[in-house]
Amino acid sequence: MTPYRDYSEKRRLLASGELSLVENVEAFLARIEERRSLNAFTSVFADEAIEEAKRVEKKIADGSAGKLAGMVVAVKDVLAERSRPNTCCSKTLEDFVAVYDATPVKRLREEDAILIGRTNCDEFSMGGSNENSAFGPARNPIDETRVPGGSSGGSAVAVAANLCDVALGADTGGSIRQPAAYCGVYGLKPTYSRVSRYGLVAFASSFDSVGPMAKNVEDVALALGVIAGYDENDATSADVPVPDYVEAISQDAKGLKIGLPKEYFAEGLNAEVRAAIEGAAKALEELGVEIVEVSAPHTDYAIATYYLLTTAEASSNLARYDGMRYGRRAKGERSLAETYRASRTEGFGEEVKRRIMLGTFALSAGYYDAYYGKAQKARRLVREDFKRAFKKVDLLVAPSAPTTAFPLGEKIDDPLEMYLQDVYTTPASLAGCPGVNVPVGADAAGLPIGLQVIGDHFDEAGVLRLAKLIGERVGGARSSAE
Amino acid sequence: MTDYEAVIGLEIHAQLKTESKLFCGCDASYGAEPNANACPVCLGHPGALPVLNERAVEFAALLGMAIESRVNPVSIFARKNYFYPDLPKGYQISQFDKPICTGGRIALTRADGVAREIGVTRAHMEEDAGKSIHDRSDATLVDVNRCGVPLIEIVSEPDLRTAEEARLYVEKIRQIVRYLRICDGNMEEGSLRCDANVSVRPQGETELGVKTEIKNMNSFKSVERAVEFEIERQIDLIEDGGEVTQQTLLWDADRNVAVPMRGKESAHDYRYFPEPDLPPVALSEERLAEIRTRLPELPDAKRERFVSDYGLPDYDADVLSQSRDVAEYFERVANASGDAKAASNWTMGEVAREIRERKIEIAEFLLSPERLAEIIALVKDNVVSATAAKEVFVAALEEDKSPKTIVEERNLGQISDASELDEMIDQILKEHTVAVEEYLAGKEKAIGFLVGQAMRLSRGKANPQLLNKSLRQKLESMK
Ligand SMILES: [Zn+2]
Repeated sequence: MTPYRDYSEKRRLLASGELSLVENVEAFLARIEERRSLNAFTSVFADEAIEEAKRVEKKIADGSAGKLAGMVVAVKDVLAERSRPNTCCSKTLEDFVAVYDATPVKRLREEDAILIGRTNCDEFSMGGSNENSAFGPARNPIDETRVPGGSSGGSAVAVAANLCDVALGADTGGSIRQPAAYCGVYGLKPTYSRVSRYGLVAFASSFDSVGPMAKNVEDVALALGVIAGYDENDATSADVPVPDYVEAISQDAKGLKIGLPKEYFAEGLNAEVRAAIEGAAKALEELGVEIVEVSAPHTDYAIATYYLLTTAEASSNLARYDGMRYGRRAKGERSLAETYRASRTEGFGEEVKRRIMLGTFALSAGYYDAYYGKAQKARRLVREDFKRAFKKVDLLVAPSAPTTAFPLGEKIDDPLEMYLQDVYTTPASLAGCPGVNVPVGADAAGLPIGLQVIGDHFDEAGVLRLAKLIGERVGGARSSAE
Repeated sequence: MTDYEAVIGLEIHAQLKTESKLFCGCDASYGAEPNANACPVCLGHPGALPVLNERAVEFAALLGMAIESRVNPVSIFARKNYFYPDLPKGYQISQFDKPICTGGRIALTRADGVAREIGVTRAHMEEDAGKSIHDRSDATLVDVNRCGVPLIEIVSEPDLRTAEEARLYVEKIRQIVRYLRICDGNMEEGSLRCDANVSVRPQGETELGVKTEIKNMNSFKSVERAVEFEIERQIDLIEDGGEVTQQTLLWDADRNVAVPMRGKESAHDYRYFPEPDLPPVALSEERLAEIRTRLPELPDAKRERFVSDYGLPDYDADVLSQSRDVAEYFERVANASGDAKAASNWTMGEVAREIRERKIEIAEFLLSPERLAEIIALVKDNVVSATAAKEVFVAALEEDKSPKTIVEERNLGQISDASELDEMIDQILKEHTVAVEEYLAGKEKAIGFLVGQAMRLSRGKANPQLLNKSLRQKLESMK
């Protein structure tokens, strides 16, 4: 266990000398070693982390330290860190080393965070269980026979098992929120364009969002404030001012008006999860928060729309892994076309291949209008659902996932069943809205249940403010899995 | 025998002369060491993202304005997906259904004087691919310096009818992009590239015939020859009872033949879709208006103005307006000297010759228009003779001194002093009595010889008008 509740307490302890940063980093490293069976990390930089700790300690002593000085951060293995492996948990990039820093990584470094290692995930972020990883699945620290969720499974595990202070994940259709729910931690998918994607290996460019995961809302807010904001290297990043999220979440959330989208509570929602979310809503009401039912009529189209558009973009985004300039190239002498075929056949896992095929098909001449074109129209409808809802209410409350963490291997041979895990997270992804997972207790088996707060574009402050209220007053948030 | 008509459409790729590439900060210039101009973005590294070079957008908009296209307030980049080693991302960022420029026209005048107007379908921005080098080793080598260099692709309507028109069209596009200073227009280096779609049909037929595409034409001459070759090949084929098959041909300039491209032609499905990494390109009315202020006077307008404002003959106006730099040089000389015809003669004559001999561009030419205007003034004011003026011109090029100083230093001033001239005339009349007698006997032409001799005696410095006049007076008085 860490001897502090959140980073601000850690910073006080570091400043007063009650906590040694080097010892703190060593403790994390020891715990990572102890819990290797979780398979949370794909690489750990022990020596560098200790060197960094020494350097940052000096900066804290002389008063020149950044906002996140000494915060120990794990980074999903899809965000470029200069001179470190960037494998995307794919065989095709198993030996690939990034030559530059992703913008969120760079901003963390500039504020003196310590980047301790890279976390396991589904290959190229494609999956909801972390089982599609070339390095094998990460395991849920609450029950190691179960999945941690995905694709940012390793990041959720690292936070839940106290292997770091904060982890960065990336969310395309639920890849931060769903594993956060399964592992019982906070995980925020910001508004699309809020955080630069520069250096985030693309899965689906018009969806991909980088966000923080932590055991408390304050650290999520703090890290978000650092990584968010316009970046000249990402033409799609928003030039919208970044508020002080830490200050924003200290404000009262009780005056907010909350909507429960009825389509999220229909068939397919596990009874215990439903009870927990409805219980949380009730508790909020008792605190004086106004709760109303709203409708998001196009929710049913979300999964199909999401899988058409994301696979289409992915089929193009992953074309560069052809074995020509970097990455895996099949051995042996072949023609150009055969080299492409063999390298990609060897390099990609089953799920990635499936999605490339789907996406290639959706963009093909003669099918484009029926699939990609129609899906774009459906995306607009889903976006309008949210627009309408946010005219009535400030925030939405919904489940993060239909169930709690399921056993390893249970759904791996049934892609459709796996895709249905994303039913509550893909709508906000299609609309580009921010969403955060808030742990709200556990099911009978002791597995965490996740509640999702969804907000309007750029209302991360509102989303986090409500998450804080729920965490403090309603949910039995698990602070760790020990 | 049936008469045939050819239908030709051209696709021209012009490399935009921006400092950096279309989507990254890498140097976009030609000629660097292979793979020296590369970064994560143009190498297609995982996670790298494109950021649009606004300069390229302005260049593309300028071109659109010059060819009377509609420059669209919103255009959209799209991905063109295909695999090739010189295409690092596995897709080319191009524009598809929402190009920056729609429509447009190019005016041509054929050698037989017929004026033609050729429609332009569209012009769109895209990034160049790298260069595959097949002949340096067993393996194919890839140079990525060219990856991401901005291109504008200009697609003509199938309005061209002859190989000559095709060549004229390419020349006109080259002239325009050079006038706009947005492209070098160098076909040999590949900064201007052209593909031709060619089909033939019986005269009077309205349906189009089966077309072929010709690539690899690296000069204007090649464009004309290749199109000519293909028109004849198709007509011969049809006349022999055959059918044209749709295919891509490569022009072999050494052998003067177009040969089918190796490998089977498969219909590519490029799976275009909107580029999610780039927002739509928006050009506000204000920005378009600002760009329009940078649109220079174009060649046709310049030519007409040279005739109307400077009174130049059509021929001069045509030659001088070929290049914007030459035209501007001429105009500065004309304005500074006040003598447009002299300025034209000098620019087309001595200046053009020097540039040709030195193999330089007029922009690198060392004699300023103002100095040339001074030389013209010296001639006009009878300070130097036309012959001496040429010596002053050459000296001014070498020495960076004012023409006046050169005249003084080299004692090139014209002799207009009557007594000095008289002395010389007397000497000549004494020395060439035969010619004098011939003249006095009525042989008018003999005076030419005597003038020449006097001029030689003065080493070219005698004022020719004065010399002529005095000599004639003297001879007449001897009658
Ligand atoms: Zn570059």
